[in-house]
Amino acid sequence: MPGADELDIDHVAALARLALTPEEKSNFSRQLGGVLQHIEQLRKVDVTGVEPTAHAFPVVNVWADDVARPGLTTAAALRNAPAQRQNLVVVPKVVE
Amino acid sequence: MSAAMAAEIHYQTIATLAARLAAGELSAVELMQAVIDRTRAVDDRVRAFNSRDEADALAQAAASDARRSAGEAMGPLDGIPVALKDVIAVEGQPLTASSRMLADFVSPYDATVVKKLRQAGAVLWGRLNLDEFAMGSSTENSAFGATHNPWDLSRVPGGSSGGSAAALAAGEAIATLGSDTGGSIRQPAAFCGVVGLKPSYGLVSRYGLIAFASSLDQVGPFTRTVEDAAMLLQVLAGHDPLDSTSFTAEIPDYRAAVCAGPRSRRLGIPKEYFGAGLDPEVAAAVRAAIAFYAAQGWEIQEVSLPHTEFCLDTYYIIATAEASSNLARYDGIRYGHRSQSAGDVTELYEKSRAEGFGAEVKRRIILGTYVLSSGYYDAYYRRAQQVRTLIRSDFLRAYEQVDALLTPTSPMPAFRHGEKADPLAMYLCDIYTIGVNLAGLPAISIPGGFTQAGLPIGLQLIGRPFREAELLATARNYEQAHDWHQRRPNL
Repeated sequence: MPGADELDIDHVAALARLALTPEEKSNFSRQLGGVLQHIEQLRKVDVTGVEPTAHAFPVVNVWADDVARPGLTTAAALRNAPAQRQNLVVVPKVVE
Repeated sequence: MSAAMAAEIHYQTIATLAARLAAGELSAVELMQAVIDRTRAVDDRVRAFNSRDEADALAQAAASDARRSAGEAMGPLDGIPVALKDVIAVEGQPLTASSRMLADFVSPYDATVVKKLRQAGAVLWGRLNLDEFAMGSSTENSAFGATHNPWDLSRVPGGSSGGSAAALAAGEAIATLGSDTGGSIRQPAAFCGVVGLKPSYGLVSRYGLIAFASSLDQVGPFTRTVEDAAMLLQVLAGHDPLDSTSFTAEIPDYRAAVCAGPRSRRLGIPKEYFGAGLDPEVAAAVRAAIAFYAAQGWEIQEVSLPHTEFCLDTYYIIATAEASSNLARYDGIRYGHRSQSAGDVTELYEKSRAEGFGAEVKRRIILGTYVLSSGYYDAYYRRAQQVRTLIRSDFLRAYEQVDALLTPTSPMPAFRHGEKADPLAMYLCDIYTIGVNLAGLPAISIPGGFTQAGLPIGLQLIGRPFREAELLATARNYEQAHDWHQRRPNL
């Protein structure tokens, strides 16, 4: 398991799309360093040959019938949009 | 007149009120008005509610009365005010998760549990405060201010469903719903002296519940008695095609099963749940409960859950990993907070999230992103999932010998606001509750006494998967011989 001091806060914040202040970076690095140090003890567990559990009661291949059913109206779907115009969500330009 | 009948309306049980409504002694509007009056009188001190719509609740109550006069009452919950943790969607009502991110969000649809409550005639009453996005154990992490424990306003109500527990303890609802990812129903129930049930994973639909950690989250009831929990679970439980992890389990008549009493009488005491850090008054209450069951003729066995010491770390890897993924949807584009100072789209994501989320949510997103990131996934996330298998096996092995486990719900009674400033100290509050979520088991916290200082103590009973009826019957066995659940705070 990697060392607790390896958390590169700038890299992880970029991956998480989270703009952190210098103060947050320093606080989180220190606090999460402590948490990661605690987590180190998982190294003690012998997990050789143990299958991972993703869900306590795995239900697999849950299919829904391919049948149209009523959904949200355009007005309801747009009700919480931070910016909208002509029944569309307005977003910053993503192509030059 | 019985003690329950003599209690103020806002402190009566679902069972009592259902009988009184059916007998015509009380109308749903009178009941709702009594709860509104009580809430107006105490909530400026308790601060359990994020929002409430009195006119809407009274209109629902009037509709309930109209159904009843027409002979069309929809069952025992018809006309009973049930308030909801502010992570459960009610169409046309605010849904904030106690976050600035969703401060102005209005639910476009009903959660499945809300649909079921409506079909049962319950009056949907108010949105209750929580730790932002259900991340915390004290309800101090709310963007809208902390909730106060009705038993001692200087103390926390627990969390993350602190508003749900406090509102019920203060008489501001007849029952409430919360959600439990690592103890978020049971620990606040313990801190506030009420009953809190976390159902088996998959018994209750998660559709319309704001996601925190999807493999752990469950919706469940807060009530004044175990019988009330059975009545509310009856409405909530059942398969839902809209939740792909919903389980197809047989749903018994919980209330009848609970009132009939437990069928088996073998109780396990996991030795790892009585270690260092357990408050002596809490330990004494649990020991007294063990003695009670023994005196009732139960077979008491010490059992071992050897991987208990790894539950906390396993939980904080899995829960934060799932949270970092679930909360990626809050990007400022289609709904939620959008930064007004961003240039390009990446900056819009980064700033909207920075402005919308509070410190604990950011911390957990960072941790979850880290444990899932390239190069660390196997060391952290995969390993935690493997340890999760071992934790689950521990419980299943114990159930070869016993039918239920009895433990403290929380290592300590309610602590003071600001007392757990260090995140790790706060995380350690959950050590007796998180194993249950990792294993997907049902568990209940019931009132089990009071400290010298007058703070409630919670007992946790953990059952077999999808055997809620047996678990509730076991809990009621204790409840019927004690009166802790009938005590009320001085407010």
